[in-house]
Amino acid sequence: MSDSVFSNVVQAPEDPILGVTVAYNKDQNPVKLNLGVGAYRTEEGKPLVLNVVRKAEQMLVNDHSRVKEYLPITGLADFNKLSAKLIFGANSLAIVENRVTTVQCLSGTGSLRVGAEFLARHYHVKTIYIPLPTWGNHIKVFTLAGLSVKTYRYYDPSTRGLDFSGLLEDLGSAQSGAIVLLHACAHNPTGVDPTSDQWEQIRQLMRSKELLPFFDSAYQGFASGNLDADAESVRMFVADGGECLAAQSYAKNMGLYGERVGALSIVCKSADIAARVESQLKLVIRPMYSNPPIHGPSIVAVILKDGDLYREWTVELKAMADRIISMRQQLFDALQARGTPGDWSHIVKQIGMFTFTGLNTNQVAFMTTEYHIYMTSDGRISMAGLSSTTVPHLADAIHAAVTNVA
Amino acid sequence: MASAILSLTSASIATSRPLLDNLKVNSKFGSSSQTTFLGKDYIKTKSFTRTNMTVAVEVSRFNDITMAPPDPILGVSEAFKADDHEMKLNLGVGAYRTEDLQPYVLNVVKKAENLMLERGDNKEYLPIEGLAAFNKVTAELLFGADNAVIQEQRVATVQGLSGTGSLRLAAALIERYFPGSKVLISSPTWGNHKNIFNDAGVPWSEYRYYDPKTVGLDFDGMIADIKAAPEGTFVLLHGCAHNPTGIDPTPEQWERIADVIQEKSHIPFFDVAYQGFASGSLDKDASSVRLFAARGMELLIAQSYSKNLGLYAERIGAINVVCSSSEVAKRVKSQLKRIARPMYSNPPIHGARIVANVVGNSDLFNEWKEEMELMAGRIMSVRKKLYDSLSAKDNSGKDWSFILKQIGMFSFTGLNKAQTENMTSKWHVYMTKDGRISLAGLSSAKCEYLADAIIDSFHNVS
Repeated sequence: MSDSVFSNVVQAPEDPILGVTVAYNKDQNPVKLNLGVGAYRTEEGKPLVLNVVRKAEQMLVNDHSRVKEYLPITGLADFNKLSAKLIFGANSLAIVENRVTTVQCLSGTGSLRVGAEFLARHYHVKTIYIPLPTWGNHIKVFTLAGLSVKTYRYYDPSTRGLDFSGLLEDLGSAQSGAIVLLHACAHNPTGVDPTSDQWEQIRQLMRSKELLPFFDSAYQGFASGNLDADAESVRMFVADGGECLAAQSYAKNMGLYGERVGALSIVCKSADIAARVESQLKLVIRPMYSNPPIHGPSIVAVILKDGDLYREWTVELKAMADRIISMRQQLFDALQARGTPGDWSHIVKQIGMFTFTGLNTNQVAFMTTEYHIYMTSDGRISMAGLSSTTVPHLADAIHAAVTNVA
Repeated sequence: MASAILSLTSASIATSRPLLDNLKVNSKFGSSSQTTFLGKDYIKTKSFTRTNMTVAVEVSRFNDITMAPPDPILGVSEAFKADDHEMKLNLGVGAYRTEDLQPYVLNVVKKAENLMLERGDNKEYLPIEGLAAFNKVTAELLFGADNAVIQEQRVATVQGLSGTGSLRLAAALIERYFPGSKVLISSPTWGNHKNIFNDAGVPWSEYRYYDPKTVGLDFDGMIADIKAAPEGTFVLLHGCAHNPTGIDPTPEQWERIADVIQEKSHIPFFDVAYQGFASGSLDKDASSVRLFAARGMELLIAQSYSKNLGLYAERIGAINVVCSSSEVAKRVKSQLKRIARPMYSNPPIHGARIVANVVGNSDLFNEWKEEMELMAGRIMSVRKKLYDSLSAKDNSGKDWSFILKQIGMFSFTGLNKAQTENMTSKWHVYMTKDGRISLAGLSSAKCEYLADAIIDSFHNVS
């Protein structure tokens, strides 16, 4: 066999986040714990398909008039309208005035990528500021889309909270007009969110420097249990009449991970501009995958449209959020009980699926080899992967790591 | 005035009032002052809601964005929908229609979906490369399960978003690992091919393909252009049922194409969107791909299940890269994953599960083959009927037999842009400007009407 034309293609490293699950699956030890990827698990440690989702799917299958024709490039129209209302609020002036274009995309990642490609082609400043730290995939998404990436300070390791003055300084000295990535709620990986007052200050600063907000909203309803509260930051920016982008994901809040359902909304100054922007978004999407998949958004549309199903959804959503909040409390209590050195209150102060433990890479590696705890090397743990029965094991592991490993 | 209208969140303010009136009203509730900051005028209002409305009053950042033209293919359906005429006919996009011109969901697909619902499958993220069960069956379907490339594990298969998404992954791989290498595409080809390579940053040029004089294949031109391309060029080939012409090389011609590609160390890149849908036989429609694989060549193949399983909107397909060894295939697969992750993280499960269930279950698989034969059969029969109508009605002696020789969903009528416009404006027949009609959208009941339209456009418009 002759030489391969692919001989210069090297083996790519495993994706750091998804690679955690790969390593976890290989481990045979019975006490192993997967706190890597952010997928919700029940108290029994099982994946969860929401009841409303099963109901919606049954309705779809029973509807014999349904077909599988190509969606428009922009996706399922109902889904788009409902998604915009969900995040901006049904009475949002931007929606009432038709100033929002919403296109269905492949979950959060796809929405970010399409938005970034659009900005790289049409926006005058091709730089995006991302918080330090941020979700591991953000940098590659933006870079490959053609934007250059800069950072702003966000996480303060000494307080395990927000470095607010650092944030304001860095955004204050950012290039005028630059794009700024904001986590709408439940910051990934730290779980540290600005307060309402801090959000207002961020908004004022950004508007004064004409910085363009690009929201990543992956946890609406999943963070606090309340859909409106988790959208407050986004709505604050839209209410001032300015422009912004928002990437929405239904992976976590509707448990539709593998269906890849999401939406990109761009709030513009006028309806005319929104229409032109939409036409350009189509030019980004068509050569990427032509048009988006139908199954996921159909489920979402059924649920959001139906009053009973919607209510049922909010109840199931709150139950997931509450379980996570209770895991936080249990882990905190367990560490207190063990007298683990250090201040662990950040575990209950942080919000959302993830906790930034503050553990370093050596401590993380120790926890993996000695206790079979799988997590990302930045010290992030997915609270969704914990249960009352596994909290003690994790607490033991953290205690051992902190006391034995520098 | 260049200022934008400030909208305040309180429901107590009428939103239709102009800016200054709003501020005057606002001043009842709190102080209002004008300040200058960094050279821009700001209107700072004291809040009566929680938020303080400091806003830069300026023009949209997206003001210079122009309205993009509608997609040439998908835009046809949009125009069709807007037409009220009772005789209107949509021969634009290639989506299969029944004789009643209704969309068709295959019975096996409905059965598979019911099975999936009964089983209560979860909705966890797929791995970046997609559903393992799908990747296995899709490669086996393409090459045959006992094919050496499969036995030797030399195929890197990654689930992609139908044909488009799979082509895009491959294009990105070419851009990254073969910088400067070109893709040679047929003239004409599917309208979106160029967009995909442009957006992926891969340069392309064309090889002669369609001969308008014969309404057939310009085989000598094709061979000459492939030969003339620099060594190591990627040659984009349609596995069967060439889109838009419907003109496929014969088996002997495929052998010669493979000869030339091997001589020049080119890399074949197949777009397989119609396996089983063209002739009705899955194996027959894969013969061109298998011919190349049998020669031990490395090649890329993008697959789609949009047409043959009617899964258009589920976006299910795959990119397969046949490599010289399993070790190389592993590395290539890892790099395809690296491209997918920042694009959409991992692909959608629903369509992948349907395919895996249908192909993996022998009853469903056999039933699928029957339904596919029916679909391909209906298209072959409207071809015949259209040909018969044209021959009967056209007195000019023009040879319409090219319609019978072409294969697959599409027919290249040979109509030019002006003639195509006549088809739409006078006859309300919607088709793409390149003269392509989708036979999948034609019923036998409408063949005569279509024949009239084609004859009129061909002879009376220049």
